[in-house]
Amino acid sequence: MKISGHKICRGTATGPALVSKDAISFLGGVDPKTGIVIEKGHALYGKNVKDTVLIFPGGKGSTVGSYVIYQLKKNGVAPAAMINIRAEPIVAVGAIISGIPMVDKLEKDPVETINDGDMVTVDGTDGTIEVT
Amino acid sequence: MYLTKDEEKIYNGEQGPTLQKMMEILVALGDIFEADRLIPIKSAQIAGVSYKTIGDAGLEWISDLEGKVKVPAVLNPMGMDMELYEQMGIDIKFARKQEEIIKAYEKLGIAAECTCTPYYLKRPNFGDHLAWSESSAVCFANSVLGARTNREGGPSALAAALIGKTPNYGLHIKENRYPTVTIKVEEPLYGAEYGALGYVVGSKVGDGIPMFKLKSTPTEDELKHLGAALAASGAVALFHVLHVTPEQYVLPPEKMSIDRQMLSREDDWQVPERYFLPREKIEVDVGHIKELVKQHVRPDIIAMGCPHASKGELEEILRLLDGRTVKKEVWVCAARSVGAKNPELIEKLREHGIKVLYDTCMVVSPAANQFKKMMVNSGKALKYVPSMCGVDAAIGSTKDCIEEACRGD
Repeated sequence: MKISGHKICRGTATGPALVSKDAISFLGGVDPKTGIVIEKGHALYGKNVKDTVLIFPGGKGSTVGSYVIYQLKKNGVAPAAMINIRAEPIVAVGAIISGIPMVDKLEKDPVETINDGDMVTVDGTDGTIEVT
Repeated sequence: MYLTKDEEKIYNGEQGPTLQKMMEILVALGDIFEADRLIPIKSAQIAGVSYKTIGDAGLEWISDLEGKVKVPAVLNPMGMDMELYEQMGIDIKFARKQEEIIKAYEKLGIAAECTCTPYYLKRPNFGDHLAWSESSAVCFANSVLGARTNREGGPSALAAALIGKTPNYGLHIKENRYPTVTIKVEEPLYGAEYGALGYVVGSKVGDGIPMFKLKSTPTEDELKHLGAALAASGAVALFHVLHVTPEQYVLPPEKMSIDRQMLSREDDWQVPERYFLPREKIEVDVGHIKELVKQHVRPDIIAMGCPHASKGELEEILRLLDGRTVKKEVWVCAARSVGAKNPELIEKLREHGIKVLYDTCMVVSPAANQFKKMMVNSGKALKYVPSMCGVDAAIGSTKDCIEEACRGD
């Protein structure tokens, strides 16, 4: 199944989907050393974002979150790609400075359409995703 | 978003990887917020400076960039005073990393001036487009000066500085600057009470644009504290005060309130003959605000200068000291160049036992953590000190702060 959307950051990557119905605050919400979600009560609490295609509605919280995404990348524990329902600046800028392929505004709601563990390819250059 | 031929070339990497990445950031933001094009900016103020917040990753990212900023650019406050960090109890490891961050910014042509009051260094003009980051500076520039800036994140302000442009959306567009909610205050307010007002109503306003209907006329310093607290407890980037601030628009018809009223003054910029207050209204309990400012506290530190103190505020502190030396730890935070322009004033404050600190403040410095209870004259500090420093905070007027400092029990 191929779904088209809107490109945020160029590049292509494939990985297993990790789907969150909650927005993510990277500052204080994700441990930059391990990639584990540490925000208590979060839909992904205790899960690791490393090498996943991270699918979530959008970002929240401090703008320093962009640097936390960069830190995840430098530490080798960043998501392979990201998909938002609607991107906001913190996550979009984080993806760009870190070179993580990212798309948003898909034709179908990715949080509802894609299940945890589905293999997903994100093509941030032409703004599409493919679920297999 | 439309790009000119030259902008397109930068986007495609013809001027190197740094500018390409910066252009990608601006284009992504422009697309997210449906900007039509990029517009030139007059200055930038960049957040993401303290080693405490950006860490090694931030340092590495900034160090890897190349080129020079196209417009004057300064930084947000960092974790320490560049010269007095030892007196603040900052450890040497932190200090070295912090210095590296500042040097990395300087390499890009950014002034090593770390302040939340860049408008004291160079005052923007009405209608200037800016890319500023610090929430209280954004609020002041938009509301008090009538300049135009969104709340920029660190990387987007840096991108705007290196390209010299920002996407045209949000508060750069006049139609997005109309008030959305009326705040009625039935009693006159004074000094720190404006900061307390912002502290109380900010969370109710969220990211709205309040129009204040006040019984008193705030000074510029009082407007600064009102805006800083609104931006801290809410996400306010622009507020209006009827008869005071420079932009008082007639609302578009669908947002007008039924009761139209005549303005008494005609001499403000763009003051319309009639004004219409937004339908959504918040009534403020002034008793609660006055109560907040009159708490009796026994602080182990008194900290002022959030946002960084103006020359007028420094003079007021000296006047209130009236020759006395403080008996408690007192910090006054200010922009380095405001201090440099008023050396005698700073010297006198220091002679009276006050620690005048530059480049930093009680909210962002790790040194604030060593205290138990902090007395402040700022609604913004009242909001942030407990959560960011783990220190209890109480607010008082500047006069009460000085009296407490001199009593010293």
